[in-house]
Amino acid sequence: MDRNGNIYTFIYAAIMVILVAAILASVAMALKPLQTKNIEIEKKQDILASVNIESTATDAANLYEEKIRKQYVVNSKGEIIEGVDAFNIDLKKERAKPQEGQLLPVFECETETGLKYILPLRGAGLWGPIWGYISIDSDMNTIYGATFDHQGETPGLGAEISTKSFQNAFKGKKLFDQSGGLISVTIKKSGQSAPEEHSVDGISGGTITSKGLEKMLLDDLNSYREFLISKKS
Amino acid sequence: MSDPLFSNKNLKLLTEPLGKSNPITVQVLGICSALAVTAQLKPALVMTLSVIAVLALSNVIISLLRNTIPNRIRIIVQLVIIASLVILVDQILKAFVYDVSKQLSVFVGLIITNCIIMGRLEAFALGNRPWQSFLDGVGNAAGYGWILIVVGFVRELFGSGSIYGYRVIPDSWYMTNGGFYENNGMMILPPMALITVGIIIWIQRSRNRELIEN
Repeated sequence: MDRNGNIYTFIYAAIMVILVAAILASVAMALKPLQTKNIEIEKKQDILASVNIESTATDAANLYEEKIRKQYVVNSKGEIIEGVDAFNIDLKKERAKPQEGQLLPVFECETETGLKYILPLRGAGLWGPIWGYISIDSDMNTIYGATFDHQGETPGLGAEISTKSFQNAFKGKKLFDQSGGLISVTIKKSGQSAPEEHSVDGISGGTITSKGLEKMLLDDLNSYREFLISKKS
Repeated sequence: MSDPLFSNKNLKLLTEPLGKSNPITVQVLGICSALAVTAQLKPALVMTLSVIAVLALSNVIISLLRNTIPNRIRIIVQLVIIASLVILVDQILKAFVYDVSKQLSVFVGLIITNCIIMGRLEAFALGNRPWQSFLDGVGNAAGYGWILIVVGFVRELFGSGSIYGYRVIPDSWYMTNGGFYENNGMMILPPMALITVGIIIWIQRSRNRELIEN
């Protein structure tokens, strides 16, 4: 057959596309369960990391069962909503809704220093989504721990948000000011002044990711505002 | 056909891209990804391994198919094969070594756009037998990779004071702790990758006069 003829070209392209599609689809389906499991384990590890519990891929599931006492969903008024599984809530979908309709997951963890509340966060970095978990002391004001992760921030710059040293800086910071206003934590550029207990040092070269993280914290904590206040009193 | 597997001619396919026909320093291909992944050593290393795998495999596949590919759609065929391989690699990493796949994040996808890969398919695999194409793929990817690793090493050392994530410059040296040293912030920004690649090109050309254009 003429290799440069139209018919040969069409048949070749058609067979190639069908073959490739079939291979990719079957591989994707075959590997799906393993991938879902990995993502679930990672989520458990992240939640545990926000209360400063180190875990490995193998012991994460057990540790999670042991440490996370309660998980439930609240709405923006701080009322508990029954019958929704907090762990499997898709934050991306929730954030797209108006604030009043959002389902807000809360995880409770009993540690040696008392009860901690873990709140999930999700926002936008420079190249893609960023997310994380923040744990708050039972005074509903002091940050006990935080963990952040990202999909595609630049290594060495924005991607530094997922390093321990950056995350540790959040420990002990306060969410509310003296008069009870929610001001969260700002990420400082060098030379910028901000109250010590409401700010951490930024990442040089990672300004847009830092700003995104700052906005994520403020926006998401605002959604939980009523819940935080109701538990506080 | 009677060439031994590792004849001198075949070995040259493997070694020449490391030096005098290096894809980055001589042909100046694949520069964009060399900027993006070299702020630290680890992503540079992982990128190198992935490019070796994808380039070697796609070279072999194209070489096997070379007598059947219709000339007019050969670029599309090449792209489909590269893209499918990259997706396969990504899916397999996600299922079996989730940590590594997180490290690579968007860079796996970026392999598709690496001009070295299509360049080798077009220039070599379409006209040569599979074994030679395999060697050519490994050689070129390694030639690309060692530059990435050197640049990553330099940038991480001077930009972050660490190597492969391990701190090598003592904390007490830093100005903030009363020392005399400060990381060079310029190093972690992309321009410094270009300058580092430029310095490597300079050294290479001053040692090998054949490479200097008139």
